[in-house]
Amino acid sequence: MKETESYQEYTQKNRTLIPWHRRDFFKLIGGGLYVFFQVGNPFKIFGAEADQRRTLSDDYNAFLRIAENGEVSCLTGKIEMGQGIITSLPQMLADELDVPVNRVKMIMGDTDLCPYDRGTFGSLTTRSFSHPMRKAAAEARAVLLKMAAEKLKTPVGQLKVEDGVIFIKNRENKKVSYGELTKGQKINKFLDIKPDYKDYSEFKIMGKPFLHSDAIIKVKGEAKYGADIRLPGMLYASILRPPSHGATLFSSDVSEAEKMEGVRVVKKGDFIAVLHEHPEKAQQALQKIKAEYTFDEKEVNEKSVFKYLLDSNPEGKVVKSEGDILTGKKLSSEIFESEFHDGYVAHATMEPHAAVATIEEDKVTAWVSTQTPFPAQESIAKELGLPLENVRVIATFVGGGFGGKSPHRQAVEAARLASITGKPVMVAWDRKEEFFYDTFRPAAVVKISSGVDKEGNIKLWDYQQYFAGNRGSDTIYDVPNQRTTGYSAHGVQPFGTGAWRAPGNNTNTFARESQIDIMASKAGIDPVEFRLKNLKDPRMLAVVEALKEKTGWKPQISPSGNGYGIACGFDAGSYVAHMAEVKVDIQTGHVQVIRVFCAQEMGFCVNPEGAKIQIEGCITMGMGYALTEDVEFTGGDIKTENFDTYNIPTFSWIPKIETYILDRNEPPQGGGEPAIICMGGVIANAIFDATGGRLYQMPMTTERVLEAIEKAH
Amino acid sequence: MEEKIKFELNGKQVEVKLEKNQTLLWVLRTQFNLTGTKYGCGDGYCGVCTVLMDNDAVRSCGIYMEDVGGTKIVTIEGLAKNGELHPVQKAFVENDALQCGYCTPGMIMNVVGLLKSNPEPTRQDIIDGMEDNLCRCGAHTRIIDAVESASKEMKAIPQQ
Ligand code: FES
Ligand code: FES
Repeated sequence: MKETESYQEYTQKNRTLIPWHRRDFFKLIGGGLYVFFQVGNPFKIFGAEADQRRTLSDDYNAFLRIAENGEVSCLTGKIEMGQGIITSLPQMLADELDVPVNRVKMIMGDTDLCPYDRGTFGSLTTRSFSHPMRKAAAEARAVLLKMAAEKLKTPVGQLKVEDGVIFIKNRENKKVSYGELTKGQKINKFLDIKPDYKDYSEFKIMGKPFLHSDAIIKVKGEAKYGADIRLPGMLYASILRPPSHGATLFSSDVSEAEKMEGVRVVKKGDFIAVLHEHPEKAQQALQKIKAEYTFDEKEVNEKSVFKYLLDSNPEGKVVKSEGDILTGKKLSSEIFESEFHDGYVAHATMEPHAAVATIEEDKVTAWVSTQTPFPAQESIAKELGLPLENVRVIATFVGGGFGGKSPHRQAVEAARLASITGKPVMVAWDRKEEFFYDTFRPAAVVKISSGVDKEGNIKLWDYQQYFAGNRGSDTIYDVPNQRTTGYSAHGVQPFGTGAWRAPGNNTNTFARESQIDIMASKAGIDPVEFRLKNLKDPRMLAVVEALKEKTGWKPQISPSGNGYGIACGFDAGSYVAHMAEVKVDIQTGHVQVIRVFCAQEMGFCVNPEGAKIQIEGCITMGMGYALTEDVEFTGGDIKTENFDTYNIPTFSWIPKIETYILDRNEPPQGGGEPAIICMGGVIANAIFDATGGRLYQMPMTTERVLEAIEKAH
Repeated sequence: MEEKIKFELNGKQVEVKLEKNQTLLWVLRTQFNLTGTKYGCGDGYCGVCTVLMDNDAVRSCGIYMEDVGGTKIVTIEGLAKNGELHPVQKAFVENDALQCGYCTPGMIMNVVGLLKSNPEPTRQDIIDGMEDNLCRCGAHTRIIDAVESASKEMKAIPQQ
């Protein structure tokens, strides 16, 4: 493989090398030292077994390989979608192995080569996958040291490793490299259980800032995303879509499309597609199809959805209960009742879903832009009635995921069309299809009843969320009498909903942090002091303290007219606290976010630069759901079709962003999601501080801001 | 009706036979296999399809081939010279101005176009000039920094 070549390009060029069975793994990859999963589940020891669904087989589930030229390959079912693990995982491996970071090659998201993985989501790569991987590296290093001891006839204790070369201490000319040791060998090592990787103090590469390792191929336009794969004879497919979710095809006429030169029409029941070797021709052919539908008319739209959800008779489950609600009421000198609303939000990644599939002798290979290569493999096998081992999914670079590329419908469509036509087929959705099949962040309602005593201590917290999801619903505050209930029901949403960057937590943190602010204001206490007073978790407290110190926070009682808001929360193992400064135009309701500060504690931070970039991304993306993003619809008919009506943050929105990461030598935690959860709450609180207007609904559109200001005066 | 259309693509004269109503975006991506130019919205809203046409940054999804004849087109693949990254590409790498990278080629082409017409943009000029290029990952702050450093670099070493 050439230095600059992405793995996807490599496999694409060397298709004859692709093994049809994982048994051929070694034939493809070659000799060297491998470290495998042991029988059983190594994730168990890290309390992360829930991340794995399939039992791992022990014959080819390698974490890493050290090749004869000393190159280290990291094999992972995880994928890169901008979150930066293509940079941070090699940092970890290099540190554990004592090799330069640029000697580590990533092989990601290939179901034939990588150990099974349920998918890349939930900020789990660092929290969960990295532990057994680092353990594998530590194990490999130990094996190599032992081999070197034999070769150099020196006890291990007398050896040291630098840049993949093992030396005898004080006799630096006596040495052997990793590559020399593994030459001509096929050494298989199986992980045993006890973790013995390095201590934080020993890290040389981890904890240092690194630029994106894939940046060069990305700035040259060479990185291959789903729609960039080209196979000989490939056809582009355009698929007939219903006008709304729940509509049923009643009649269709494809005769006009069939007349077009070079068009291939596929019609299997209500699955109708046109294929052509030029994508624009396929689109034109699709326009020529006449189709009639019967509709399942639901009246609900983005305005009535909250009542619709509450009326749907959802089932409530108490997820946490402490003390007694009645006692809490009695102990409170004032009770606050609020209801918060949050609309549907799209993932709206710049890259729409895309996949290419090809079939040769009952064996499918699919290149898919997906967060879930292994589940995609399962879906394709099921759709085509093939055994799992006949399907290979190779993840391409993913042009943004945020949870939206966990579903992989496009991969199944491509495989199905490849199987029907016998040709390689590309299915690349257009923007309208992307909005139509997106699994939106669900619209949700949160009801809170809370109370404080005369001293400003929270005595009561009764929290009910409807359809938001439980993540982040648990209060972070120390309240003696509290209850958290989650309500949901199946089949109520008029279209697909699913995980969206920090699922549940954006809605829950917006509601909770707004309510806290309402109480602080009423109690006449500075919002930072009020939080410090009512928090108990030392890690949460440390983050709020850091915010107070680093921003030079001056006590205020909201609304102060300053336009400063604060919010804090917990997600994916990490603690965050945000401060925002806004300017509100009281004539137009326009909110300009001027400055956002974020303090984050995420355990040991593997790549501080990468973590900072993720925080900046979270803050920027979070302004969108807070202020403008709202999917419009009537029943299953998605009215939002493109970026003219779906407004995501642009350059003119960008505030001054400051980040502060707290140092902590604890296991590394998630970094891709936590900093987004506060954005609704912190902006709502800042608007309140600026104007006295309290927003109970996201997005906080200009109309809603004006309405809130009006109510306050 | 197919026609012959001649234009300059990344410094080379090319000639293609195609229908005049085909768009530049798809011709680049399929006929020429230049997949660095991306599709994002197909309607002029996102800018991930941006290329240079006679030194102006344009959205290739809205350019019909009949208007391409006789012009000079530069795509992201044509920016680097003799294996050397263009200063704007370099500035994106050095400022870590990308995450997923999908918007990146369009961003870079738009910056190159911007700096050709305004070599020393103010911060506000940059914001205005980049406003309609969308990035979902939120790389904006670093993109602004990258444009500033590229502009300085290009001033020091005048380009073609
Ligand atoms: S694809 Fe051309 S502007 Fe979006
Ligand atoms: S870096 Fe992902 S869209 Fe800009």
